[in-house]
Amino acid sequence: MTYLDHAATTPMLPEAVEAMAAELSRVGNPSSLHAPGRRARRVVEESREIIAEAFHARPSEVIFTGGGTEADNLAVKGLFWARRDADPRRNRILASAIEHHAVLDAVHWLADHEGARVELIEVDELGRVHPETLEQMIGDDVALTTVMWANNEVGTVQPVAALAALARAHGVPFHSDAVQAAGQLDVGGTAFDALTISGHKIGGPLGVGVLLLARGVDPVPVLHGGGQERDVRSGTLDTPAIAGMAVAVQLDVARRAESTARLTRLRDELIGRVLAAVPDAILNGDPVDRLPGNAHFSFPGCEGDALLMLLDARGIACSTGSACSAGVSQPSHVLLAMGADAQRARGSLRFTLGHTSTSADVDALAEAIGPVVERARRAGFS
Amino acid sequence: MALRVLAAMSGGVDSAVAAARAAEAGHEVTGVHMALSSNPKSYRTGARGCCTLEDSRDARRAADVIGIPFYVWDLAERFDRDVVQDFVAEYAAGRTPNPCLRCNEKIKFAALLEKGRALGFDVVCTGHYARLTDGELWRGIDAGKDQSYVLAVCTKEQLAHAMFPLGDTSKADIRLEAERRGLQVADKPDSHDVCFIADGDTQGFLASRLGSAPGRIVDADGNLLGEHEGAYGYTVGQRKGLRLGHPAADGKPRYVLDISPVTNTVTVGPREALDVTEIIAERPVWLAQPVADCQVQLRAHGEVYDCTASLEGDAVRIALHTPARGVARGQAAVLYDGDRVIGSATIAVADRVTA
Repeated sequence: MTYLDHAATTPMLPEAVEAMAAELSRVGNPSSLHAPGRRARRVVEESREIIAEAFHARPSEVIFTGGGTEADNLAVKGLFWARRDADPRRNRILASAIEHHAVLDAVHWLADHEGARVELIEVDELGRVHPETLEQMIGDDVALTTVMWANNEVGTVQPVAALAALARAHGVPFHSDAVQAAGQLDVGGTAFDALTISGHKIGGPLGVGVLLLARGVDPVPVLHGGGQERDVRSGTLDTPAIAGMAVAVQLDVARRAESTARLTRLRDELIGRVLAAVPDAILNGDPVDRLPGNAHFSFPGCEGDALLMLLDARGIACSTGSACSAGVSQPSHVLLAMGADAQRARGSLRFTLGHTSTSADVDALAEAIGPVVERARRAGFS
Repeated sequence: MALRVLAAMSGGVDSAVAAARAAEAGHEVTGVHMALSSNPKSYRTGARGCCTLEDSRDARRAADVIGIPFYVWDLAERFDRDVVQDFVAEYAAGRTPNPCLRCNEKIKFAALLEKGRALGFDVVCTGHYARLTDGELWRGIDAGKDQSYVLAVCTKEQLAHAMFPLGDTSKADIRLEAERRGLQVADKPDSHDVCFIADGDTQGFLASRLGSAPGRIVDADGNLLGEHEGAYGYTVGQRKGLRLGHPAADGKPRYVLDISPVTNTVTVGPREALDVTEIIAERPVWLAQPVADCQVQLRAHGEVYDCTASLEGDAVRIALHTPARGVARGQAAVLYDGDRVIGSATIAVADRVTA
């Protein structure tokens, strides 16, 4: 099997599996006061320290969640509520037009239910948010700005440091969804109020994520209960998953320089060979500032679903990268925001590489993509 | 020979077992759920409607159990254009369409088949109760479930790329087989009625599409008996819902005899006046050599009449040996030689017995 969908989920690192499996067979709630509880607490706190260091944060700034979507919801809703409550004039939200649905649907929910005025920040044809665009939109009535670190579909990396500085200058909390960037790029730092990271995208387990939350930034909670995580997030801490995620994060950092170079090389080879096999394919996203593991193409005259099925039948797993509504794929809002027409948006495929990818995977794709595109083109659009 | 089979999976028990049988026969089967509504409902509510998210999930689960790849294909645009809009236009023209038949003709064995063939599949497999033998279409052996009537509109070329694995089995046995195969949909209720009218209110659906068009309800002599809100709301043979103020002189119930979209008039009369002995049907599709002395079926799961069929230009004249009652323009007249389908044509004229 040729797995080219690491952005959907990537295999757990064996070391992370081992750490998680070891914890699964041990007892202890990290919030309990007795010896087994203390033992579990120690695992959680050591994991927290590892993760904090990897993302240039303090341990107290690491909030464990049940995954990226939960962290995004907590950041977006919680920061909006807190900022608006502190200053009721602030009810605007600025979000990039190409956010993941975990952010986009959360801000639209705030518009529908909480009176937020949501404005989407335009991107250019490469999917880039320009700081000047944000500068023109931002003001003292903004409660939250959120721009992802790198786009999950087309892989474009955003100038988040500049955007965060702009927001800070206007007293606006800044959140960035770094789910795709973490593990591939050096993310984190002090310029951000909130940063989302997911365990299973970086070689850790499913069902665990982190919201990096700067000290002094106190979102209104979304989940209420025991208040385990800084009174901002409630729920029994998932010691095994947290332990597994920490191991993955640690290894990602240790291997980053080498893996980034390797993935970039593989990705460029993949892009070159796909374009050689299908000369009229269009590489979407920023050709330079893109995630090392991401290649995203539009294949004119083809339907993405047909391409995916034909590749699947040849043992190649990839993604149309588009949101799935009712099992029916809709044209990607990311590509539409980049100015693509609906047909180009529907005829797109995302190939994403990860730590298990090899040049054999690229060979398999390079061999299959020509005939597959030709066949899909004959089928056209239904 | 192993074929590359595209199994249309609605989420119901029939198409699930059909796909399972095709896979078991050694074919290379891929399941596809056709999304036919661009705005699907989350849950199925009873026997009506289809294409809910729940149906899509049921189809996916069945494919998992069978062990075949599964995809959802969006055919909502084609379905709306070729089936839903056609349905509305036919009613507006005073005819009574059969959308299941249209769906087979234009979607399952056209849009789906064409796309499937372009993508390398050989045939489309469905859970219809009908048999294909040497390129000829036969009734399914379960007389109560037989669906050859709604398939007869397909051409020989279309049927050459069709596979109906259930035609040799009764519905009851299919349910047992589904259970034996571990398909969760084994006891899912049969769907019926018009799938895209989820609440079953065809009149309401047509009114929302066509608006109100008040007109006259008259008897055969042209006497005004009442008013209607739109002639499209009536079907030949209909008795209920006429809301005529005073009873007929003879006290007998009255039936819709005719609908004229041109004058927007509905004509009603006694039951006997519904009797038809001769039918002219247009645009015939022949699946076998025409036979003069044969049988004809005039609606889905309807009665079968002995008849004499003859070609008349591009149309077929069908002389019924015994009168048929309530024959609606727009429905298919399917000619059979026993259980074998000879051909199908669309009813254009139904001549009443003249007293």
